Amino acid sequence: MIYFELFYTFFLIGLFTFGGGYAMIPMIQEQVVGKGWISADALTNFIAISEATPGPFALNISTFVGKEVGGVLGSVMSTIGVVLPSLIIIIIIAMIMKKFITNKYVKGALNGVKPVVLALILSTSLVMLIKVLFFRGTSLKGELEFDMKSFTLLIMISGYLFIHKKVMKKGLSPILLLGLSALLGLIVFY
Amino acid sequence: MKKNNVFYQLLILFLTFAKVGLFTFGGGYAMIPIIQKEVSDRHKWINEEEIIDIIAISESTPGPIAVNMATYVGYKVRGIPGAILSTLGLMVPSFVIILGISFFYDEFIKIRALQAIFKGLKVGVIILLFSAVLKLRKGVKVNLTGTIIFASTLIISLVFSFLDTGFRYLSLILILLGLITGVVLTIIGSKKEKTK
Repeated sequence: MIYFELFYTFFLIGLFTFGGGYAMIPMIQEQVVGKGWISADALTNFIAISEATPGPFALNISTFVGKEVGGVLGSVMSTIGVVLPSLIIIIIIAMIMKKFITNKYVKGALNGVKPVVLALILSTSLVMLIKVLFFRGTSLKGELEFDMKSFTLLIMISGYLFIHKKVMKKGLSPILLLGLSALLGLIVFY
Repeated sequence: MKKNNVFYQLLILFLTFAKVGLFTFGGGYAMIPIIQKEVSDRHKWINEEEIIDIIAISESTPGPIAVNMATYVGYKVRGIPGAILSTLGLMVPSFVIILGISFFYDEFIKIRALQAIFKGLKVGVIILLFSAVLKLRKGVKVNLTGTIIFASTLIISLVFSFLDTGFRYLSLILILLGLITGVVLTIIGSKKEKTK
């Protein structure tokens, strides 16, 4: 049943998310795009919308995917699924394991998982970049076709980001970055 | 209502985290100032020091950091009901807003101008992901084992992507392996210390 599957999938994703919302993206891609629930294109759109709307990214993206796959009830199931591991684990820790973060095995496990999460997000972004630049954004199969427009956009935005950081001494906020990409997208692709 | 009334506290927890959900973008760290102001300055339920502990624990447990923090603060203030209501409070604004947008998404995406916008956004999202990597990179200690774990995960993940195997549990398994490796290395490390 789709509702149970959504719940279970997002429960797993919540359970294996270490280090914030973006760490979920590799798993969402494997599970949700892999099962054919939504397209890779739709997922990047949802990421953009989830980042540009208020609320934690992790909750926004879960609600969005759930709604697309299983309607309103689907979004309820995926959102509950993604928060439930947190709820259970944090309550247990608050109840019985106050010394949790000073435990050396917990520290060790975190030292082991951090490089993995970093590598997974990097790999996902590299694959996305290659898809956008050479494969019309969908899969890694088919004919190679260099997308000059996306490349131009990439150079323009990262160039601006670089200058902004040098001049303002701080990074551009994600919302402004997305606003800029949207505007440039409209100019370049329309 | 009295300040120490259970229902009053539960209501405040719900409203506080609904506010957090409604007014913070991105989640996680963006939430900290609002939580501090409401829970620690205004209601004095949790002191500054405890807030720092809560942040550290939320970062080191599985699950989205924002959800972990809401649950933990809620639990500290009013036990399990507090944890549930805080988390619900955090969920409600996101849920309503995203649901609202999703009703129009399928129609909107057919509009040509919006398709162009989303093509631009795709490039923006990729840049955001790369900058997330750079940001997270600061929290990782640079040492030999870490670098080996990082490099091997990256290679395995890229190879699987290009082979297009359709295997859906690779990230999950790699995360699990990372956790296990970390624990094993700690055990080896403490044994070495004992023999010295």
